Amino acid sequence: MKDASPAKPYALHLGVIALLFALSFVLPDYHHGLLARIMVLAVFAMGYNMLFGYVGLLSLGHAMFFAAGLYGAGLAVIHLGWSVPTAFASGVVCGAVLSLVIGVLALRTSGVAFMIVTMMFAQVFYLVILYFASWTGGDQGMVVPQPARVLTFGATSLDLTNPIVRYMSALTLFSVVLLITLAVVRSRYGRVLVAIRENEERTKMLGYDTFSNKLAAVIMSGTICAASGAAYALLFGYVGSSFASVQYSILPLLWVLLGGGATTLGPLIGTLFMYYVVDITSGYTSAYLLIVGIALILLVLFFPKGILGTIRHRWLAWLP
Amino acid sequence: MDKSKTFDLSKTGLTRRTALKGLAAGAGLAVAPGFVRYSQAQSSAPIKIGFQSHRTGIGAAYGRWYEKTTAAAIKAINDAGGINGRPVEVIIEDDGTDPGRGAEVVGKFATQHKTDIVFGTLFSHVVIGSAPAAGEAKMPYFVVSEGHHVASTKLNRYVFQPGITDVKSQIQAMAPWIAANAGKKVTQIFPDFAFGYDHRDYLPPALKAQGAEVIAQIAIPPTESSFTKYFPQIPAETEVIYHVMVGPAVLTFVKELGEFYGSNRPQLFGFIDSLEATDINSPGLEFLDGSHFWEGSPRYAQPDDSAAQKAYRAAVGIDDNGAAVGDPKDVSTAAHMFGCWETLYVVKKAMEDAGYKGPEDRAKLVEATEALTEFAEGPEHPQGPKTFNGKIHQCFGIQNISKVEGGRLNVVHKTKIEDGLYEPEGDYTTQSL
Repeated sequence: MKDASPAKPYALHLGVIALLFALSFVLPDYHHGLLARIMVLAVFAMGYNMLFGYVGLLSLGHAMFFAAGLYGAGLAVIHLGWSVPTAFASGVVCGAVLSLVIGVLALRTSGVAFMIVTMMFAQVFYLVILYFASWTGGDQGMVVPQPARVLTFGATSLDLTNPIVRYMSALTLFSVVLLITLAVVRSRYGRVLVAIRENEERTKMLGYDTFSNKLAAVIMSGTICAASGAAYALLFGYVGSSFASVQYSILPLLWVLLGGGATTLGPLIGTLFMYYVVDITSGYTSAYLLIVGIALILLVLFFPKGILGTIRHRWLAWLP
Repeated sequence: MDKSKTFDLSKTGLTRRTALKGLAAGAGLAVAPGFVRYSQAQSSAPIKIGFQSHRTGIGAAYGRWYEKTTAAAIKAINDAGGINGRPVEVIIEDDGTDPGRGAEVVGKFATQHKTDIVFGTLFSHVVIGSAPAAGEAKMPYFVVSEGHHVASTKLNRYVFQPGITDVKSQIQAMAPWIAANAGKKVTQIFPDFAFGYDHRDYLPPALKAQGAEVIAQIAIPPTESSFTKYFPQIPAETEVIYHVMVGPAVLTFVKELGEFYGSNRPQLFGFIDSLEATDINSPGLEFLDGSHFWEGSPRYAQPDDSAAQKAYRAAVGIDDNGAAVGDPKDVSTAAHMFGCWETLYVVKKAMEDAGYKGPEDRAKLVEATEALTEFAEGPEHPQGPKTFNGKIHQCFGIQNISKVEGGRLNVVHKTKIEDGLYEPEGDYTTQSL
């Protein structure tokens, strides 16, 4: 089944992309740099949302997919001297392979067990990074050399450390993933995922192979998160184990809950909101996490479906 | 990389600034405070130092004392006329002791606060995570970390560590004293992460050069909360246990080690990093009595303290026991925080040498810092004399070995600068500015 009018959602999403493009020319330097980072991390949140929002599988281990991309790309540049595109591809492939393996194993469970299994796998991944410290830099991490962070096209090259190039690269990745997400959730396959979330038994009874569909969703989710990690390593030049820690498994969950689970633009809004709350409040007090906590409680009380989820529920039912 | 082939939008017709001007004219955005760009008279405007502080997260105890020391140094500098006749202002941002946030904070200093330099980072992973952002913003970044990362020349030309020695140098300088005074057969116990690996990798060759040897290395996972099961791995012939456990578990570690050995223990040698901001007389630490520690700068006032050392301690506000004046329980991070004081004076010297006027002179500041070679002991360098290697952006200085006796740490040996020197591993000055 497809919506009668696909024009509105597509117009909205293209409008958001156009707005982000235009912002590149008007934002002050600091916010310009911050937004580039937010877009990359919003991709991480979009990958998370694919599984959590649409399939209803709450993972507490997505940091491992982000880190697979981060290390897959970063270490390829540092140790093998690979170029930016191949390193990026390496990160994405690492994430895809890891999510396939984790998916096959973790999908044997569901609910709380799925949360625990994913968290344990992520912890193993984190400890493996620390164990192979001579290759990964351990808890200190490693710098991706600045001269290597250049995208070459024949005679021209794009320096990824240039703020505009970085912003546009982040925007490109964000836009591609956003449009893919939109296409997926509006597709027949997307409807099956939502059906699994709503009632897996009934979906099975209707003849769908729910395991395969869920596995495909885990792979898609993990691969998108890895793309975000790979972009982070190449655009910001650092790979470190803190990105594989449990904190980075919780963060995308928070971003998605804030912005609105199962909304395509929610992850961006959640990431943006959280980043700015931390950025602004940390300027006033070292107890900024307390303020973040209070903001989260208020949001849960007044926007239980997240910002965009509530807007969709109350006013704009057509939001994807 | 051939810069001529680099596609740089700033060199094309349409720059962000041009577009901004055009859009601002129509949209009226230029009147919004955040969008106004203006140039500031630099003759009397303060020099702005961005202080990347660990106010929260695992480094918070250090961060608090780094802030106190920095405030004291800035007051002393301003009271004496500032830098190049301009007052110095410190802007603090919390990095949460997180490398991701650290990089954002460096970006914030560069593009929002528009500080002249960034300064003060301690934890190695935050330094390494922030260094790319500093290099890209061409922002001189003066860290007080003691990590070997700067001297390894794996970071970039904008990162300096001129106020505190690095851990490789510290370890190397300890070896002669350990071999001559504590014992020849050494067992190392260290946390199973980067800080421990520095000790794991640098101590054995340093001891070997002194005719001693490491006979066992015991790495303890950072998540461990009880250590008794590791102690049977300590070989019976061990003469010295070299321990560098850090974090909250250190009290348990010492207590369990005491229970394991009783009164008949090998010599103990440790790095004070494990007990920074911790009272040496805390219950459970009795077993350390008679053992030795490395200290960058002594926590307790010593009988032979120089006038400069006394003045520094008074300015920072620490008493003879190394605790905050008026609050004996608020123990300082004395072994490291002097680095903030000394680094700020190095920045002052380099800015004066460079005739620094503003951010357009940052490259000159880098070169002027690289040209420095020696820092004489005195009010600006109360910990002791230092040499500076401009190629690896790292200073070298004396180290203290202190003995725990009578509930305090007494300095029993001071190393020479030469004890900590090693062959440079690279040369930052070959990188373009």
